[in-house]
Amino acid sequence: MKLKDIVILLNAEVVSGHTKLEREVEAVFASDLMSDVLTIDSEKLLLLTGLVNIQTIRTSEMSDIKNIVLVRNKKATPEMIALAEENRIVIMQCSYSMYKTSGILFQSGINPVY
Amino acid sequence: MQFEYAIEDGNFTKAGDASSSFKKILKQLNVDPQIIKRIVVSMYEGEVNIVAHANGGKVICNVDTSRVNIKLIDKGPGIPDIAKAMQAGYSTASAKVREMGFGAGMGLQNIKNNSDELNIKSEVGVGTTLEIIVNLPKAG
Repeated sequence: MKLKDIVILLNAEVVSGHTKLEREVEAVFASDLMSDVLTIDSEKLLLLTGLVNIQTIRTSEMSDIKNIVLVRNKKATPEMIALAEENRIVIMQCSYSMYKTSGILFQSGINPVY
Repeated sequence: MQFEYAIEDGNFTKAGDASSSFKKILKQLNVDPQIIKRIVVSMYEGEVNIVAHANGGKVICNVDTSRVNIKLIDKGPGIPDIAKAMQAGYSTASAKVREMGFGAGMGLQNIKNNSDELNIKSEVGVGTTLEIIVNLPKAG
């Protein structure tokens, strides 16, 4: 599924990487624990998280994760957006809970990591 | 080639700066992306540990044609029981560290899983040195 379709499904707001919404997503991982995120080895991954700080972006950079949805109406800080842009990471913000966001994406056919 | 980075004590804003810089170098050296990921995930976990637990420190990265060797050196409180620290889920992290998304007792195990060799030397009251080695495939 393309990021632009996920934006519509989640009624999300894109705050970085506006020109990269043609990217395909093949799997989703949901966690607020960055140590967990660092164990994931999947391509074309979308990360769902409610953790909003610079380490969310650093962790994604190290793990080659290029797509993030911030759930629970969390807002990215200007520092997060700047670092995301530098690393060509798309950040979307969504007002739904982690559970609801996961449910919508699962129902749309995107695979879990495991 | 050797690269050295200073790690500030308790500065979570900068945690990961060293790993990010080294990742750019590895990309320039045309190291395989999958291997780069293993190297920088290991280094980043170690870097976060220095910020979280030690009084700052430094990272020395050596790259040659056969391997990448990363030494993370701190002058922190040391690890009293390394075997216990290696156990998944064991953590002495503060609430602040947990707020940053770390401190679940997974870091050292994750470093071990991503490296070809992990050596830990630690002395209570003196500091800790982590040596992470990742082998590079032969060119050609």
